[in-house]
Amino acid sequence: MGISGAKVRSAVGKVRGGVHVQHHKNTADQPIVRLPAPDKVVIPMQMHIGAPCAPIVNVGDTVAVGQCIGDTTAFVSAPIHASISGTVTAVGETTLANGAVTRAVTIESDGQMRLFEGLEAPKIDTREEFLAAIRASGLVGLGGAGFPTHVKLAFKPGTVDTLVVNAAECEPFITVDNRECIENSWDVLSGIQIIKEILDIPRVVIAVERNKPKAIEILSSIARQVEKHKGEISVMQLKSIYPQGAEKIMIYSATGRRVPAGKLPSDVGCLVMNVASVAFVARYVKAGKPLVSRSLTVDGSAICVPQNVRVPIGMSVGEIIDHCGGFKATPYKIITGGPMMGSILAFSKEDSLKKETDCINCGRCAAACPMHLQANSIARIVKTGDVDALVRAGTNVCMECGSCAFSCPAGRPLVQHMRLAKSMIREAAKANGK
Amino acid sequence: MVNDRLLTASASPHVRTRDTTRGIMLDVLIALVPALVASVVLFGFRALAVTAVSVCSCVVFEFLSRKAMRRPNTIGDLSAAVTGMILAFNLPSTIPFWMVVFGALIAIVVVKQMFGGIGQNFVNPALLARIVLMVSFPKAMLASWATPFAWRDSSVDAVTSATPLSILKSGDATMPSLLSMCFSKAGCLGEVCAAALVLGGVYLVVRRVISPVIPLCFVGTVGVCMLAYGFAKGENAFSFAAYELLSGGLLLGAIFMATDYATSPISIKGKIIFAVGCGLITSLIRLFGNMNEGVSFSIVLMNILVPHIDRLTVPKPFGMEKEKKEKKAEVKAS
Repeated sequence: MGISGAKVRSAVGKVRGGVHVQHHKNTADQPIVRLPAPDKVVIPMQMHIGAPCAPIVNVGDTVAVGQCIGDTTAFVSAPIHASISGTVTAVGETTLANGAVTRAVTIESDGQMRLFEGLEAPKIDTREEFLAAIRASGLVGLGGAGFPTHVKLAFKPGTVDTLVVNAAECEPFITVDNRECIENSWDVLSGIQIIKEILDIPRVVIAVERNKPKAIEILSSIARQVEKHKGEISVMQLKSIYPQGAEKIMIYSATGRRVPAGKLPSDVGCLVMNVASVAFVARYVKAGKPLVSRSLTVDGSAICVPQNVRVPIGMSVGEIIDHCGGFKATPYKIITGGPMMGSILAFSKEDSLKKETDCINCGRCAAACPMHLQANSIARIVKTGDVDALVRAGTNVCMECGSCAFSCPAGRPLVQHMRLAKSMIREAAKANGK
Repeated sequence: MVNDRLLTASASPHVRTRDTTRGIMLDVLIALVPALVASVVLFGFRALAVTAVSVCSCVVFEFLSRKAMRRPNTIGDLSAAVTGMILAFNLPSTIPFWMVVFGALIAIVVVKQMFGGIGQNFVNPALLARIVLMVSFPKAMLASWATPFAWRDSSVDAVTSATPLSILKSGDATMPSLLSMCFSKAGCLGEVCAAALVLGGVYLVVRRVISPVIPLCFVGTVGVCMLAYGFAKGENAFSFAAYELLSGGLLLGAIFMATDYATSPISIKGKIIFAVGCGLITSLIRLFGNMNEGVSFSIVLMNILVPHIDRLTVPKPFGMEKEKKEKKAEVKAS
C-alpha cells in the first residue's frame, strides 16, 4: 500500500462462486453534491420490510426539517421525518418501486430548509438510551434494504463479538459508500467507536472491496490513529467479486463464519452495518439531526452528467435526473438500486436483455452461485411443483443476488424462477397452516 | 421520457454476461479447426468433404426436425454444426457420404431432437451416431483407414486396416515412433493429430468454455491404468502408457465429447466421478475387451449415469453444511 505500517488484512473466508461484473465505478472520484431543496417531496410511510408508519401530521400543517411526520408502535419500524421545511399539502397514497401502494405525506417547500427547533443531541449513557436514540433518529440500513437499525442493534448483550462495517459496494456503478469512506472517514471511525463501546463489541472489521484503493488507504491510516482501540479495529481488503457485499457472504469473507440457513448474523456473533449507516450514527449522536436525506449515485449511459448527489428523502427521481443534466439518450430502463438487484422504476423498449433460449446445462449458474445452489435444477423442480424437493435444494437460502441469471448464456430469467420457487414454498406452508 | 412502445418488464439482474449459447458453440468450432486442418493435411480433401457433408446434413436435419415439430428454429445456436463437426471427426475419411448423412440423421433427429433438443439429449449425439454406424457398417467404420499422406504419394497403400491401437493390441506390425504419434497416425478424421486436439482443448479452457477437470481426470485415469498394466506385464510401462494415451480417440473424446454440457455432471465432484468412470471403462475395454477402442462406449455409458451422478453430488447450500465443516472454519478464523 505504500503507507508505512498500514496493515490491511485480507479475507478470512474464501468465497466460492460469484461473478465478475464490469465495475463501471465512473463516479468514484466525484464528491457528493448536495442538491438544492426541491419544491415538493412525497415521503412514503413505508420504505422497508418492517411495519408502515401512520402519518401524524395533517394537511395544512407547517413542518420543518427533521420533524417527525410518521410513527408507529410496531417494533420493526422506524419513525419518518420531514426532509424539507414547508406545508403539508396532502396525506394520501403513493406507489413504491416494488408496486406496493402505501400512504405518503406530501410537503411543499417554503424554500428555507428550516431545521426543526426541538432537535438536540440525544443523551446517551446506557444501551437502552442508545437504542431508543437510534430508533428516534429514523435510521434504517443505508446499504439498500433499509432495515430499521435499532432492531438490528437490539441483540442480546454479549452475543456479538464482531462488528463488520460493510463498505464492499459490489453493485456496479454505485460509488456513494466509497465517497462516504473518503469524505466522512472520521464520522465512520467515531460511529464505530460509539457502537463498539456502547454495545460492547470487542472487534471491528471494516471490509472494503479491493477496487476502492483510496478508501482503503484513508480508512486504514485513520484507524491506526485511534489509540484507544489499538488493534481492535482493522481494515480488510476483499476480492472485487459480486456479491461480496451480501450480508452472509460478507460475514464469511470477514470472519470465516457461516450463517446457517434461516439464522441471523448475531447467531454467529456478527453484526453487519453499512458504512454510511455507521457514519450517520456518529453525526446523529453529535447533532441530533434525524435521517432526512441520503446519497445516491446517478449513472448510466443515458445520463448527461453522471455524479454522486445527496438528496432529501421523497424527492422525485425525475427531478434528480434533471439535476444531473437530464438524459442524453432515450433511456431503456430506470433502475433504483444497482443493476444486479435493483428494481425497475420506469422502462421503455427492452433491448438489453437477451432472448431466452433453452438451457444447455452448462452449469455456469451453479458455479456462479455464492450460496452453492443449482439454479438450473431448481428451475426444473419449479415445473414439477415438488415443494419438498424445492426446500431440500435449499431454495430459501437464495438471496436473489442475480449471479446465476447474470452468467446464463441462454439468457434465462433464473432469479424469477427462484422467486417463484420461494413463493411456492410460502404458499405450501400457508396451506399447511404453519 | 418513457417510450411507450413495446413495454416489457423484466426481473433483475439488469446486466447480463455477453456470453451466449451461440458464442460458446462458435468457440467449440474454433477449437476444432486445428484438428480439421491436420486431418486435411493427412488425408487430403476427402477429409474436408466428409466434414462438410456431416455439418451440412446435421444443420439441415436440425432445421427440418424443428420445423416438423413446429418449434422455433435453432440452427442459429450453432450446436448442430458442432455435432456435425464432431461426428465427422469420429469417422474414417474413406467412409461413403451416404453413411455420413445417415449418421447425422441418428445424431440430430433421434438422439437430440426427439429428446427435446439442445441440453436435453441423454447421450452425446455424435457418439451414439458413431456407435450406430460402427455396428451397422463395421467394415467401412473399422477396417478401411486411409494411410496418412497417401493422397499425395501414390506409391503407398492408400488404405490400411491397421491403426496404432490395433497394432498395440495384436502386435502384428511395428508401431510408429512416439513423436510421430503426436502429429499423425491412421484413424478417424479428427483423432489423428494429438497436438491439434490439445491445442483446441487449451483454447476451450482459456476461454472458459470447458473446465479442465474432465479431460485431465479422464486421460489421467487411462494413464494410471495403462501404467499399472504395463508394470504388471513387465513391459516398458511408460512407453506403453504413452502410446495408449496418444492412440485412438482418447484425446478427442476426453476434450470434446466427455465435456459436452448436456451429458456431463454439473458439480466438480460429479465431473471427477464421471471422468474417472470414463477412464476406467475405456481402459477395461482396451485391455480386456475384444474391441480395440473403448472411448465411445465409455463416454456413452457414463452419459447414461449422469443424472444419478448429478443427484448424488448436489453441493450443500451455504449455511446448510454439516457442523463439522463449520467448526473447521471457526478454527481457521480464530
